Amino acid sequence: MSERRGIPAKAYAYAAAGLVLLALPFYLERFWLQAGLFAIAAAIGAVGINLLTGATGQLSMGHAFFLAVGAYGYCALAGDGTDGLSGLGLPGWLAAVLAVGLAGLAGGAFSPIAGRLHGAYLGIATLALIFIGQHVLFNAHGLTGGYNGRAVPPLNLFGLTFDDTELLVLQVPFGSVEKLWYLGLALLLGGVAFARGVLRGRPGRAMNAIRDHRIAAGVLGIPVARHRAAVFVLSSMYAGLAGVLLALVFQRTVPEYFGMALSLEYLAMIVIGGLGSVAGAVAGGVFVALLPQLLGRYAEALPLVSAPGTGGVAPGEAARYLYGAAVVGVVLFLPGGLARLVARTPIHRPSGESR
Amino acid sequence: MSTFAEFLINGLSLGSVYALIALGFVVIFRATEVVNFAHASLLLAGGYFVAVLHEPLGFWPALAAGTAGAAVVGAAVEFLVMRRHRGADHSVLAIVTIGVDILLATELTRRIGTDILALGDPWGDAVVTLGPVTIAETRIAALLAAALLITAFLLAFRHTSWGVAMRAAAESQETAALMGVRLGRVSLGAWAVAGALAAVAALFLTVFPTPGLERGTALAALKAFPAAILGGLDSTTGALAGGLIVGVTESLATGYQTDLAFLGRGIGDLAPYLVMVAVLLIRPAGLFGTKELARV
Repeated sequence: MSERRGIPAKAYAYAAAGLVLLALPFYLERFWLQAGLFAIAAAIGAVGINLLTGATGQLSMGHAFFLAVGAYGYCALAGDGTDGLSGLGLPGWLAAVLAVGLAGLAGGAFSPIAGRLHGAYLGIATLALIFIGQHVLFNAHGLTGGYNGRAVPPLNLFGLTFDDTELLVLQVPFGSVEKLWYLGLALLLGGVAFARGVLRGRPGRAMNAIRDHRIAAGVLGIPVARHRAAVFVLSSMYAGLAGVLLALVFQRTVPEYFGMALSLEYLAMIVIGGLGSVAGAVAGGVFVALLPQLLGRYAEALPLVSAPGTGGVAPGEAARYLYGAAVVGVVLFLPGGLARLVARTPIHRPSGESR
Repeated sequence: MSTFAEFLINGLSLGSVYALIALGFVVIFRATEVVNFAHASLLLAGGYFVAVLHEPLGFWPALAAGTAGAAVVGAAVEFLVMRRHRGADHSVLAIVTIGVDILLATELTRRIGTDILALGDPWGDAVVTLGPVTIAETRIAALLAAALLITAFLLAFRHTSWGVAMRAAAESQETAALMGVRLGRVSLGAWAVAGALAAVAALFLTVFPTPGLERGTALAALKAFPAAILGGLDSTTGALAGGLIVGVTESLATGYQTDLAFLGRGIGDLAPYLVMVAVLLIRPAGLFGTKELARV
């Protein structure tokens, strides 16, 4: 990356990257687009938890719960009830917006805890969310379909239905993933822009102040509890958006997916990417989400990795080893994560006690 | 009434096992101020050692070896990973333990697979009948062993030089270091002790009436987190009280789940977390935790 000329070179790089991303559906097969969409959804979710854990220093293990609220919220609001599960039959776009709002509400409902606790207490208290979420998902059959999950109704936007009815664009058949790809890109772009705006403005400074020294922040006049609760809500809304997108890509939501492993994945993403950095969260999200897909695809060609069920290291496990090691390694050798590799400015390094 | 007594005794026994796990967790927190999210994996490691070794060695040597093995794993984590990060932000360190947890848990669940491993304990499914109350021998053994270990631990904590060093480090790391306490050893010791306690707890989490060691055992071990938190993270008394509260709640909720059917199946596994959230709403530092005071 040559950045000697400053902004123009960067702008060219962004434009080129944008063009490549826009052109991908014309060239890639379904598998890669789907993997890419997982990565986009993961990046959106990671940006959200990074606002909370990275920028404000509030450890959350409950991110998976809010993803589930988004995913199931969308299904319940958009479902028409024909599959025997309760659904309001709202238009898809409205259901998606409301599902994100619902995730925010769920985050707000947790604010008596989120606003008062911090550090390890908050981390473990949010652990409760995962178990409560799993319990509800498995037991509220009428709403969630229980163990088998429920089918996701396709999204409607401006008369375009994001399902598998083929649409020819420049001689290329566009199915659900191709259409969703553009929607995902737009959502990611919006999410990133919003998060950057939040972090660069007054709220971002307040959040960083709370992370670095909570008491000093309070003395400066920052309403600490209110900010913590607000960031929690915002982060939950990002998770809800990621959940809606994931549901649309999967086309089926199953409760098992939204377990503790998913929450840990999101924490791994932001540590690998770089705590507090929006670009880092995107990079970490893409890395952690694509890793199992890549390893699975090339399992035969890779040493030490074998197909699932053959006794060796399955691709999913190999991916977990890699990102587990990456979390430990990044904190050891690359404090600041992937974002640090690119950025030239010295990162903020938290020092000592952040009480 | 007799069923209630059975639930209560089973709950106390289960709670004492949770207390063992929570105690290790609290010890690490007090000595190093690090929240160890890899604790459930340490427990799984201890249980796995016992399960693998009990056939060639016999049960008691295997238990000793498993305890030692888990202590070594704990010490290794401290020595290889945590020590390199000393001085870093504590929430970052907590996330590092999550990385360690992902590594350990992946390796162990891959080895265990879908099997259910027996630990070869001598109690089997024998029961003791005291009047109208029937209790499994394993539950009594768990209660006694946990009580013994906790007493020994608390005595060591109070009276040995190791315990004094640990408490000094918990009060103020800097002062303790200036007084000649070697913080590295204190933290190494804390991790080793936590590993050993977790291994013993692994045994009693997997004996009758539970089928054996499986992937899900780590999930059961996670309930020690709410136990430690609701007691107060920096309090050993809190770990004991929290463990017992969680154990009794879980046992009662599971026992009376037919009466609680409107809450859905498996409410017993959820109860510890609900109790924790309720306690934290009223006392954000836990029941026995030090209330955070700030002088500005």
